[in-house]
Amino acid sequence: MADGAPIVLEARDITRAFPGVQALGGVDLVLRAGEVHALMGQNGAGKSTLIKVLTGVHAPDGGTIKLLGRGIAPHSPVHAQELGISAVHQESHLLPNLSVAENICAGRYPRRPWTRGGGIDWTETHRRARELLAGLGIDLDVTQLAGGLPAALQQLATVARAVATDARVLILDEPTSSLDTDEVQALFALIRRLRDQGVAILFVTHFLDQVYEICDRMTVLRNGKFVGEYACAKLDARGLIAAMVGRELVHAAKGTEHAVGAEPGTPAVLAARNISRRGQLKPMDIELHGGEILGLAGLLGSGRTELARLLFALDTRDSGDILVDGKHTDLDKPADALGLGLGFCPEDRKHSGIVADLSVRENIALALQARMGLRKFLGLAEQRALAEKMVAALGIKTASIETPIGQLSGGNQQKAIIARWLATQPRVLILDEPTRGIDIAAKQELMNEILELANGGTAVLFISAEIEEVVRVSDRIMVLRDRCKAGELPRGAEEDAVFSMIAGGSRA
Amino acid sequence: MTRVTQHALFWPATTLALLLVVSAIFNPAFLSIAWRDGHLYGNLVDILNRAAPLMVVSLGMTLVIAVRGLDISVGAVVAIAAAVAALMIGGSFSASGNAASEHPLWMALGTALAAAAACGLWNGLLVVKAGMQPIVATLILMVAGRGIAQLLTGGQIITVYYPPFFTLGNGYLLGVPVALWIAVALWGVLHLALARTALGLFIRAIGGNPEAARVAGIRAASITLCVYTFCGLAAGVAGLIISSNVKSADANNAGQLLELDAILAVTLGGTALTGGRFTLAGTVIGALIIQTLTSMIYSLGVPPEVNLVVKAALVFAVMLLQSAEFRGLVLRVARSARA
Amino acid sequence: MNWRMNRRLLPLGITILLFVGMAAFGAIRYDGFLSPQVFLNLLIDNAFLCVVAVGMTFVILSGGIDLSVGAVIALTTMISAALLDAGWNPYAAIGLVLVLGAAFGALQGLLIQQFNLAPFIVTLAGMFLARGCCYLISTESIPINDPTYAAIAQARIPVGFDSSLTIGALIALAVVLAAMRVAHATEFGRTVYAIGGGESSARLMGLSVASTKVGVYLLSGLCAALGGVVMTFYMLSGYSLHAVGLELDAIAAVVIGGTLLSGGVGYVAGTLFGVLILGIIQTLIAFDGTLSSWWTKIVVGVLLLLFCLLQRLFEGRTRKAA
Repeated sequence: MADGAPIVLEARDITRAFPGVQALGGVDLVLRAGEVHALMGQNGAGKSTLIKVLTGVHAPDGGTIKLLGRGIAPHSPVHAQELGISAVHQESHLLPNLSVAENICAGRYPRRPWTRGGGIDWTETHRRARELLAGLGIDLDVTQLAGGLPAALQQLATVARAVATDARVLILDEPTSSLDTDEVQALFALIRRLRDQGVAILFVTHFLDQVYEICDRMTVLRNGKFVGEYACAKLDARGLIAAMVGRELVHAAKGTEHAVGAEPGTPAVLAARNISRRGQLKPMDIELHGGEILGLAGLLGSGRTELARLLFALDTRDSGDILVDGKHTDLDKPADALGLGLGFCPEDRKHSGIVADLSVRENIALALQARMGLRKFLGLAEQRALAEKMVAALGIKTASIETPIGQLSGGNQQKAIIARWLATQPRVLILDEPTRGIDIAAKQELMNEILELANGGTAVLFISAEIEEVVRVSDRIMVLRDRCKAGELPRGAEEDAVFSMIAGGSRA
Repeated sequence: MTRVTQHALFWPATTLALLLVVSAIFNPAFLSIAWRDGHLYGNLVDILNRAAPLMVVSLGMTLVIAVRGLDISVGAVVAIAAAVAALMIGGSFSASGNAASEHPLWMALGTALAAAAACGLWNGLLVVKAGMQPIVATLILMVAGRGIAQLLTGGQIITVYYPPFFTLGNGYLLGVPVALWIAVALWGVLHLALARTALGLFIRAIGGNPEAARVAGIRAASITLCVYTFCGLAAGVAGLIISSNVKSADANNAGQLLELDAILAVTLGGTALTGGRFTLAGTVIGALIIQTLTSMIYSLGVPPEVNLVVKAALVFAVMLLQSAEFRGLVLRVARSARA
Repeated sequence: MNWRMNRRLLPLGITILLFVGMAAFGAIRYDGFLSPQVFLNLLIDNAFLCVVAVGMTFVILSGGIDLSVGAVIALTTMISAALLDAGWNPYAAIGLVLVLGAAFGALQGLLIQQFNLAPFIVTLAGMFLARGCCYLISTESIPINDPTYAAIAQARIPVGFDSSLTIGALIALAVVLAAMRVAHATEFGRTVYAIGGGESSARLMGLSVASTKVGVYLLSGLCAALGGVVMTFYMLSGYSLHAVGLELDAIAAVVIGGTLLSGGVGYVAGTLFGVLILGIIQTLIAFDGTLSSWWTKIVVGVLLLLFCLLQRLFEGRTRKAA
């Protein structure tokens, strides 16, 4: 933790280019023993490329990597692990059909000697796994199937596997994305234990509060370039954001162009009573009024996306009713929701949003056509007109409307998906993280579009992890915590008030 | 020139043309068409006629593959449809020499088609409602279906003696085989449905990204059910043509290996097994390629057993060409050879 | 902990229960059903299916499928018969066809692994190729007159109670036992399960996914060839139309044996019982005498349906519990 701690990993002047983009341009990274080091940067800053270089997935074009003073050149993740660099990625999962012990020892099973029959020594396997977990303070039954464990314990077991090979460097890439507050603390306890054992830990996360809670130093990247290395105690959150983004954030005046929500007393356009889904959302109520922007705030895992998916009938609800204009509805699939005037812009546009092989025109026209049904075909001319109108209105950058949408950048894809729903002239539009992964300029355009939509009478449910955005644009803010409704805040609430409600009253 | 070669139908069409040219070189009479006995006559006509049932089944299979599905039960459905039709027409051969049908022909054909469509619907329900993998779901009917067909026919080959039934597989309309008319008509109906309604767009969306299609409000479940039902129906039509052609229903052998030929026709035509974009015209060309191959082998005097080996080679070739990893390997080898 | 172990063994338990139930049904309904030889015949008559199904188990556990096994059996019988006709030493002939089978499987595995091709279509083409090669060798059946083969075919190993096993059945049993060991006590076997559980996760863990994937298809080809050898003992002929549709029976045996078609879950022992169940269906129908043979296909189809639906239920429940 002190500056004098020995350097474990020293990467200097790392460069790496891919066709058309310089992903890393001279990046330095120094990890010391017994230190938790944060790697910070926006999307596209080069964090994942740097990690891939360290773990041997990509070879660097230039620069040196030294591990404990010796130059190394890992050529595969397995090789990197042998050298002592282990990584736990966001998409690292355990094998659900194997036991915990197997997951930990896979690839390195202890064998029985030939004289006693050869083959895997299961007793020894279980013993080793138990010993490893005990040494890390994790209490688990090693014989149970990994698939039966809750996500947080699986995460801990994955980390255990990573360090089982006497790792000197442990890279954790977004390990807390799907953990709730208690689970994050359990992970942090493990990280602290490893740190005390002298492991150098590289921690990548987008949660700023977690960085300040657990990390000692941080390295900031921006657009593939090395911005600087700082001690967490010496650089506050504003400074960190400035380093990541490159300029002071310009705060737009709060709520300028937006007419104040709906008249009190008008029935809710969309209301859900007692809606819940086992394991994902506890029973809660929500109301949306025409012309109003309802912001949904909360940490990852608090149930925001789950609520949105239930409202749009993407998932089946276990309890509760959904009412449109005060009338009970039989809403059990998205096609029904569409017919009732709802729209849903999903969080993961690659998985649930775009159909990559279809053109921009077809993607934009898709929901409108879906509502019109099979027989009433929009026709090529009308689709073209619609697509061109939307491309102009939202500033979608594309070579032509016939380009396959998979070739557009993330931000433009997002705009196209929003265009798709705008084309249906929805009465209610649910937007789940619409501005994620989009550059600042495009973000501003989108936010304006959302405000215009509300001005036109549409009810908007706006979900975002960036509290500052939510606070700026919402008429009301609903806060979720741990899959429950924590409360509501009125327009003009301070960010701190939202933070407090998310944190919960009983926490110090 | 590159625009022509990049057209989706370029490779299938070229392959077909190549096969025809090679056949013509070895057998000059291969491409000749004459008018005899009131209808077109010749090798080409034969190819078109024999390819018709395969075309029909492959058209149905194209849509199923387009929605990321698969139907390996079509051979069994062919057998079932043939059995139902033959049973309802009856194998009676009256003493006066005028064969009669136990039920009106339209009823026999209608019931057979309804049974085939029901088989397709069954497959669709297993895939959509029970969430089974398409291979597994259709495997069940592939196994049990042939047993059902054998049950219906009592394991015997039922011979049909009713002349009006023979027109399906043997008749000619305006000089062109009836079977070909049926295949083209089916193609035409499908084409209209896909181009004039939103069906084409929806199928491509469902195949391209099923989750995104669902979120966009497309009734993916209903459409997938319809696609599987249509595939069953198409297999039924093919079954009627086939049994009419041989004037009998053979539950043991009718439609044997047909599903494999259909999948081959679809992939030869350029539709990828991963779903999404598809081409009906390509499938038709693919079916013609398979039939031309068979004819070419026969006319060259090569033993017909070679047919299977050639088909295997074709499948491997198409698969490798569709594989990005293989194309990458070829490019790398070509570059290092040039260097 | 015991309860959790039982959950894993539940599908296998259901299969065994089904077998016992069918045996009980037969015993009650028909005289002479419960004789030891009747049961041993289940294994004797289906020995080649058993060997092939074991190989298929590994392929399905890894999340793949192999449609070429029936054709490889036929090709093996053809090549064996042709070699013996040409005067080859029987053991050399057996050795050669086993090597050829393994090589055929390995080739398919390489195509699947290296070029990321769908196993279904590669093994489908493999089926065409193998069957085509059969026809190229001969379209007629080639009888096998080799004395060693005849001796092996007629050999009977007594196992007490007035009953005996054939060499083919013994081979099948040996294969099952060897496979059980490979599946549960070797790195290769555990990697097969790992790939079935999640190929990308297994890769990230640094497991030797590529070589194992090729290995399962090699194993399947080897088992198909071995099954072909067992069939030559049984049929004493080489014929292109042997084992048509056998791959479906093998897949059915594996599924009924409790292995999930999506991969990762299942036991080799289950496949043995799956084969026995297929055998007992045929025996029941034969004992009945009034039912025609195609009822077998229908019953197998129904069983397949039930087991697949059960698998869907099982998958759904484990997901909810997690």
